[in-house]
Amino acid sequence: MKMYLSNVAADPDRTARLIEIAKTSLWPLLEGAISNTIPLTIISFIVGLLLAILTALARISHIKIAEMIARVYVSAIRGTPLLVQLFIIFYGLPNIGITLDPFISAVIGFSLSVGAYASETIRAAILSIPKGQWEAGYSIGMSYSQVLKRIILPQAARVSLPPLSNTFISLVKDTSLASVVLITEMFRRAQEITSRNYEFLLVYTEAALIYWVICFFLSVIQQYMERKLERYGV
Amino acid sequence: MISIKGLFKQFGQLEVLKGIDIKVEKGKVVVVIGPSGSGKTTMLRCLNVLETPSKGILSIGGQTLDFSQNVSKKNIAAFRRLTGMVFQNYNLFPHMTALENVMEGPVIVKGENKQKARQRAQGLLEKVGLGDKVNYYPSQLSGGQQQRVGIARALAMEPEVMLFDEPTSALDPELVGEVLKVMKDLAKEGMTMIVVTHEMRFAREAADEVIFMDGGVVVERNKPDEMFTTPKEERTKKFLNMIM
Repeated sequence: MKMYLSNVAADPDRTARLIEIAKTSLWPLLEGAISNTIPLTIISFIVGLLLAILTALARISHIKIAEMIARVYVSAIRGTPLLVQLFIIFYGLPNIGITLDPFISAVIGFSLSVGAYASETIRAAILSIPKGQWEAGYSIGMSYSQVLKRIILPQAARVSLPPLSNTFISLVKDTSLASVVLITEMFRRAQEITSRNYEFLLVYTEAALIYWVICFFLSVIQQYMERKLERYGV
Repeated sequence: MISIKGLFKQFGQLEVLKGIDIKVEKGKVVVVIGPSGSGKTTMLRCLNVLETPSKGILSIGGQTLDFSQNVSKKNIAAFRRLTGMVFQNYNLFPHMTALENVMEGPVIVKGENKQKARQRAQGLLEKVGLGDKVNYYPSQLSGGQQQRVGIARALAMEPEVMLFDEPTSALDPELVGEVLKVMKDLAKEGMTMIVVTHEMRFAREAADEVIFMDGGVVVERNKPDEMFTTPKEERTKKFLNMIM
C-alpha cells in the first residue's frame, strides 16, 4: 500500500495517468449502473416481492399443498448458491431447449432469490400483527382478503421495511453476479476497463465507491419511508 | 330477536360451553356475569362467529346459522354484519385515524359512498363524545377514547345487536365512567345489547336482565335487582359474595 502510494507520488506522469483513467472510466461505469445494475435491481425486487407475498401467504394458508410448495421453494433457493442458480438458468436450461435472454435470465434468478428470502420476512411480519386485528376486521364483516389487504398488510409493511431494505441493498450488490451471464452491468464494465489498462485497484475501487453511493441513497430513502410510515407512532 | 339454542363449544378436549340457551328480545340489555373460565366470553365470540360453535343454532332477526350442518363462509359473513363487536382491548386499526376506523366497514364492506360514510362517521364520533378527535390516531387517544371509537366503529355497521366483551376491563378506573355512559345512552335509545362485564353498577342501572354463567352453562337468569339482592342459586350467591 505504502509502496503503491509512494510510487505514484514519486511519478507525476503516473499520477496524471491514474487521474485520467479514473475520469474516463467514470462514465462507462455509471452507464453500466444506469442501464443494467439499477433496472435489474428494481425489476427483480418488484417481481421478487410479489413472489414473496404469495409465498408467505401460502405458508400461513393452512392449505397443505400450497404450504408444501412454498416450503420446498424457499428451502431450494436458500440452500443453493445464487451463482449456481444463475448458471443453471442461463447455461443449463438451453440443454432442454429453453434459451433465455441474459437480462431475463438474471431477472428470473434474482427474483426467485428475493422471493425466497423476503417471504420469510413478510411471513414473520404478518404473524407479528396481533390476532385481534384480524378479529376486528372480521367483526365488521370483512372477508379474509379484505382484512389482509386493508388491515394486516399495511401494518406488516411497516414491520418489514427495515429487513426488506436489507434485502434490497443486498440485491444491488448481488447484481454484480450478473456479469457471469454476460450482462454488462457495472462490475463487468469494470472488468472490461481493467483488461485494457491493468489498473485493477483503481477501477475496482471506483466501482465499489459507486455501489456504496447507490446503497447510501437507498438507506436515506429507507429512513424517509420509515418516518412516513411511523406517522401514527405505534 | 336473538336466540341461542343448544350452543356447545369444545377446544380440543376442553368443553367450554355445555349447552347454552339464551333469548334476548329486541331492545333489551342483557348483562352476562360469571367467574373467569365460565365461558361467557366464548359465548359472545360464538355469537359473532369469531369462534365456530361445535354445535348449536344461532339466530338474529330472520337469519339463522345451524352449526350441526356445514355453514358457508358467505353465510357467516352475512351473519356477522348483524352484530357489532366491542373488544376488551379495543382492537382499533392503528394505521387509521378515528374517522377512518369508523368509515372502514361502511366503505369497504357495505360499499357505501365515501362522502356519506364520512358524514355518518363524523356523527357517530360526535355521539360518543369524540367530535374533536376525528383525525387522531389510536395511539394519540386514551384507553377510554379508544374504546369509544371502538363502539362507534361497531355502530357504523348498523347492527341488530351490540356485543360487548368486557369493554372496560383494560381501562384505568377513572376512564371507565365515560365508556359506561356511552353504553347507557345506547341502551336508552333502544339498542339491543349483550354485555359481558364485571361492572355490577352498570348491570344494576342499565340491564333488563342479568345472566350468571358458570362452568359453561347458564346457572341463573334474573332481573338485576333480584339477582343482586335475592339470588336463587347457591353458586350465584357464592360468586356475588366474592365480588361485592
